[in-house]
Amino acid sequence: MSELTGVIHDIGYQRYTGPRLGRRHVFGALYLHGVRTAFGLGRSAKAKIFPWLVVAIVLAVAAGLTAVRAQFGETVMTYAQFADAMSWLVIFFVAVAAPELVSRDLRSGVLPLYFSRPLPRGDYALAKLGALATALWLLLGAPQLVMFLGAAFTTGDGMSGVWHELLDLLPGLLYAALWAVVFASIGLLIASLTGKRAFAAGGIVAIFLMTTPVVGVLSIMPSRAINELAFLASPSTLVGGVGTWALGDLLVPEGQGGGMPIGDFGPVYAAAAVLLVAGCVTLLLLRYRKVAAR
Amino acid sequence: MALLATESLTKTYGGRVTALADLTVSVEPGIIGLVGANGAGKSTLIKILLGLLPPTSGRVSVLGLDPTTDPAAVRARVGYMPEHDALPPDLSAAELVTHLGRVSGLPRTVARERASEALRHVGLHEERHRAVGGYSTGMKQRVKLAQALVHDPDLLLLDEPTNGLDPAGRDAMLTLIHRIGTEFGISVLVCSHLLGEVERICDTLVAIDGGRLLRADRVSAMTTATDVLAVEVSEGTDGLAARLAALDLPVAREGRLLLVPLADEATYDLILGAVAELDLPLHRLDQRRHRVAELFAPREPSHV
Repeated sequence: MSELTGVIHDIGYQRYTGPRLGRRHVFGALYLHGVRTAFGLGRSAKAKIFPWLVVAIVLAVAAGLTAVRAQFGETVMTYAQFADAMSWLVIFFVAVAAPELVSRDLRSGVLPLYFSRPLPRGDYALAKLGALATALWLLLGAPQLVMFLGAAFTTGDGMSGVWHELLDLLPGLLYAALWAVVFASIGLLIASLTGKRAFAAGGIVAIFLMTTPVVGVLSIMPSRAINELAFLASPSTLVGGVGTWALGDLLVPEGQGGGMPIGDFGPVYAAAAVLLVAGCVTLLLLRYRKVAAR
Repeated sequence: MALLATESLTKTYGGRVTALADLTVSVEPGIIGLVGANGAGKSTLIKILLGLLPPTSGRVSVLGLDPTTDPAAVRARVGYMPEHDALPPDLSAAELVTHLGRVSGLPRTVARERASEALRHVGLHEERHRAVGGYSTGMKQRVKLAQALVHDPDLLLLDEPTNGLDPAGRDAMLTLIHRIGTEFGISVLVCSHLLGEVERICDTLVAIDGGRLLRADRVSAMTTATDVLAVEVSEGTDGLAARLAALDLPVAREGRLLLVPLADEATYDLILGAVAELDLPLHRLDQRRHRVAELFAPREPSHV
């Protein structure tokens, strides 16, 4: 090595003749960068504190649940219920991660550097959205995996017991994915509107916080239909409604109250969830069409 | 093939504000200076070249490609350094440039190697692992240049690269740009509102004003045509003028001075010979190099 002899040879500028990867790889690079960003990887120590605190909490809860189940044979929470129980942590995680992913880019003016590269505007937004949804899904899915492993190793029924657990786990992971997609699309849309991270975080928490009382008010109105549709008003109860409809007793085991009284409106909830996500994504793409033209 | 070519390129915002008006220009590879006052349309032109803005009318080609129909292909071969702050403060220069290299389509390991090479070429070494937020303006400008260079483009578009730099920093940046254009073999379009700055390093100058082309030419062509010799004699100016005219030199008078276009070294000899022959007291004889700036001065007749 030239450094060892104390002489630095300037080999001059070298042209690059190797491969230039296509759109899929570029998307993948941005997506992976986003997932890392959500967990504060490749960033200052300060940026790691909050995400890993949340991760630690959910894993600790999962470990506790597993221990209780192994010790006393009592299932405190189903896999799907775990996501519901952690909803506030998820909201805080979104409130920190979404501004980190998009508001920061708006504020620092780095977007011209992205959009002067072979990266379509929509790809930027979708890669960030995918990254946030993945981070949320990992946040909810990893503890479920811990619970599954705990249950699988302590099951008394051999392989059939493991198989049974797995059949419980998979809907739980799907339900976590629904949480992830809904929360990520709402959170990212709000964060993309402002370059100020504090505003974005406040806005995200506010949306989830402000809509909860609306649900409360609607659910005591003197009309059964309104009561049963009340849970559409807030994103977290909307997700719960879809879960109640699609998962049934996998979400809330029989004999354990607390499922959402959505009556026969299950499909309405599913449609509303799809529309909500589609609407948020559309607005997000429109937003970036405008930002990029600046 | 022209590096850049526009044909009747027009861009109006909202149908009222005209940023570019009927701009037709074609330039060859090299270092091109794009000069004009603030608001002359330089940034608009760059955004159209990158395919970020659609022109209202007219045609444009960059490296033989059309940025309005194939922006991805253009951007893969072009590096862009924006005018304003564009760096996230909490990333290190190495990480940022590596990441942007990957967004330009470089494989992971290549992106890392080329990022540290690019940062080395712009003069950032050990500092590259520190967070950009703590950098000086000069270092930030260098990072912005490095990210434009990381994917080995064929053309660099630099928007006011010396903005905010002190005189020493300006010189260093201009030297660096000159090196990129000459040694690296990458064509460079430098935008500036300071003509005096870019004329030193450019081989082609394009001047626009109010979205219209003032002039576009090679710097060499501009300066050779305008070098003149100024002759002053204490007496007998008329006689000398007549004598020089007789020698087929196109003489012009400017006060007590005689101006003679400098064709080559022989012009000196002809003038000195004429002065000696008439036995006139020569007061001065010097070469007057017109600054390119004068060529762009609007509404002024030619000096020659």
